[in-house]
Amino acid sequence: MSEKTPGPNELAKIEYNPPKKDWMNPEVSFRKGTFNYSAIPKSVEYLGLPYARKWQPTDKDWNLPANWKEILLNGLKERLDKFRSLRIFMDICVRCGACADKCHFFIGSGDPKNMPILRAELLRSVYRNDFTRAGKILGRLAGARELTVDVVKEWFFYFYQCTECRRCSVFCPYGIDTAEITIIVRELLNLIGCGIDWITTPAANCFRTGNHLGIQPHGFKDSVDFAVDDLEENTGVRVEASINRKGAEILFVVPSADYFGDPHYFGFLGYMALFHEIGLDYTFSAFASEGGNFGLFHSHEMMKRLNAKIYAEAKRLGVKWIIGGECGHMWRVLHQYMDTMNGPADFLEAPVSPITGTKFENASSTKMVHIAEFTADLIKNGKLKLDPKRNDHWKVTFHDSCNPARAMGLIEEPRYILRNVCNHFYEMPENTIKEQTFCCGSGSGLGTDENLEMRLRGGLPRANAVKYVHEKHDVNLLTCICAIDKATLPPLLEYWVPGVAVAGVHELVGNALVMKGENERVVDLRGQSIVKKEAIDHV
Amino acid sequence: MKIIYSLIGVLALILIVALGVGTADLQYLFGVIIPVLAALVFGVGIIYRVIKWARSPVPFHIPTTCGQQKSLPWIKSATLENPQGRWGVIARMALEIFLFRSLFRNTRVELRDGPRLAYGTTKYLWLGGLLFHWSFLIILLRHFRFFVEPVPFFVLFIQRIDGFFQVGVPILYVTDIFILLALSYLFFRRIVSPKIRYISLIADYFALLLISAIVISGILMRYFWKVDLIAAKELVLSIFSFHPVVPEGIGLLFYIHLFLVSCLLVYFPMSKLMHMGGVFLSPTRNLSNGSRARRHVNPWNPPVKVHTYEEWEDEFHDLIKGAGLPLDKE
Repeated sequence: MSEKTPGPNELAKIEYNPPKKDWMNPEVSFRKGTFNYSAIPKSVEYLGLPYARKWQPTDKDWNLPANWKEILLNGLKERLDKFRSLRIFMDICVRCGACADKCHFFIGSGDPKNMPILRAELLRSVYRNDFTRAGKILGRLAGARELTVDVVKEWFFYFYQCTECRRCSVFCPYGIDTAEITIIVRELLNLIGCGIDWITTPAANCFRTGNHLGIQPHGFKDSVDFAVDDLEENTGVRVEASINRKGAEILFVVPSADYFGDPHYFGFLGYMALFHEIGLDYTFSAFASEGGNFGLFHSHEMMKRLNAKIYAEAKRLGVKWIIGGECGHMWRVLHQYMDTMNGPADFLEAPVSPITGTKFENASSTKMVHIAEFTADLIKNGKLKLDPKRNDHWKVTFHDSCNPARAMGLIEEPRYILRNVCNHFYEMPENTIKEQTFCCGSGSGLGTDENLEMRLRGGLPRANAVKYVHEKHDVNLLTCICAIDKATLPPLLEYWVPGVAVAGVHELVGNALVMKGENERVVDLRGQSIVKKEAIDHV
Repeated sequence: MKIIYSLIGVLALILIVALGVGTADLQYLFGVIIPVLAALVFGVGIIYRVIKWARSPVPFHIPTTCGQQKSLPWIKSATLENPQGRWGVIARMALEIFLFRSLFRNTRVELRDGPRLAYGTTKYLWLGGLLFHWSFLIILLRHFRFFVEPVPFFVLFIQRIDGFFQVGVPILYVTDIFILLALSYLFFRRIVSPKIRYISLIADYFALLLISAIVISGILMRYFWKVDLIAAKELVLSIFSFHPVVPEGIGLLFYIHLFLVSCLLVYFPMSKLMHMGGVFLSPTRNLSNGSRARRHVNPWNPPVKVHTYEEWEDEFHDLIKGAGLPLDKE
């Protein structure tokens, strides 16, 4: 944590009453800690995107292309014609304000332009000015304003301050979804070369190597080998793991952080232990080595470009169907976009669990099953021997990741698993879970250190709900099913509610799983003792 | 300032008709020509807007789900809030349109010392919105007694229910009270709440004030300064029979009411009031959550530049080989 970041008490002094000034005058100050750096030219060029150049948001002159305004307005027109969502959302908002205090960035910052309604009005005002008759005639009286460089700067600031979590959309009487507007404004910004590096560079990595982290095939192999060794050390069982194996029944795709990040990695061990124990015929792919999709944070086109490799690889390897690991936005893409963009996957078979015979009818077209659905089915059918006492050193709560909750409804499956693999499970307050869950504050490509203050602010509502169960039930572990959560919640919790660790659901599955031929387990998948309880309290 | 602009706007409209009918004797203009034109603008405008919306396709399947998906047979799914099929979607839309389901969920955040965030449920906006819209609808339906002869049975029925309390002569309709209360609430919350005031535009105040003026002129006509209703109905029926005749002495208040309604009709298609139609077309609400079970087709799904396995293998050939992973091309 940099020393410039204010302490929790200071950061939590938040003024929810807006200033007197009218919001229509664009005014942004790029204060350190509250924005993301621009995309480096190399990544922009690698992806073949326009207007690669060196610039930073703090520069006075952003060095925009000469016809930037024309590009943006044409881009907006094109998207109005392509997306009914955009047209409807531009036209029908009545500014009732129900969304105003639903955004985690507003709750954590008090900045009125973080109210979803105003975030959308930043675009809507331009839409009125150039695409509606009333706006053209009445101008500002009709709530219209001209697109200027300052408006572009404002867009950059506030549309990279929305994590596309869709919480506002749950409360809107018309379902207006700010994520949809954010995706489209980011598309527009990328048309004039105003992307951020934390999105563009991972996307470029993913395009080239297959994953966001830029891990090359041998690195992927090493990671899996390490995992096999670590698992043997902790459990005494040596598992098999294959990569790029043709003829496997199932392709398993995970977010790349699972095999490289901490605490993701322990969940990765959990997957491998589980698949070994049930004898699943599966393979990883070093090419489709990323389920996550930073393209979603960039543009619809980039989303499709990065997602294409999953079906392509499933086809090449000749698998029957696909399982996907724990990842939030990855599942938004898999559930709501993949089949449309890169399907139909008619070369695959409708998924049937080879262990239980369960047909996953909900995935019969996409042919891709969420690991939580798969595991819950195993447990329900009594196929796993579980010893939940091995997780007794954890008092557990569950954070619904935005996209599985609000773009899918994967709510009960992980909870069912948790109730079977641990003895101490507590829910956070009702207004902060399930479809009302709060984002980690770092989603949609905003999880950088340079943006730390904003992340801490945006993460306040989530952390605060964790604090509630931490104080009430002594909860010391926040579980989740999202790679960005696992990467960004640990520093967030350390800041707001020290003493709570973060883990994937399948880490606890791996802990509780009784494996054939295993040693007596004395450590969990983290290598921490599960015998001497007091030693590991409050990690 | 925005409020004053809107107020001036509505007052100017009233002044126009008062001068036009009261001074310049333009009864035919305000009683026939303007209402007919306004109705045409309303009809054509709405159709134009809806067609414009409908011409933009729905490329992706993006419902906002609230509650459990349908996955494994033993997990109970939230059929109403996370619909899987057409009937579920219809039910979800019905809840939204008739009962304002999403607004019912509304909460209010409070930051207490600690820091501690608390979320209280708040139903005022839901109640205010529901009262306003339902009263508006019932009042509109009641007006059919002026448009059709004989008066249809459902109008009589609604009138009976609406006047259930049988207070006063003429009988007081509860919807008249409700709509005034609801409009006051919706208007004053925009002034009192700093957040709502901050986000409000002139259009937001104008719509509320215009509708309030219509309601108030209607109520004045009914309970206080009575106009010649028989004559008013004669006028309306004569328009519907395409032989418009303006009877003498209907009363100025009627023309004010009618002109404001005409203004609303013209204003409607070009304003946020189109949420009435838009709510039906909102893709986050009117799609089922079956996107993994049934493929959603994007009509403009364009080809994109992808990185193929072959390109990948070519670039990393030696590394793949070195790591002992299988290759397609040796």
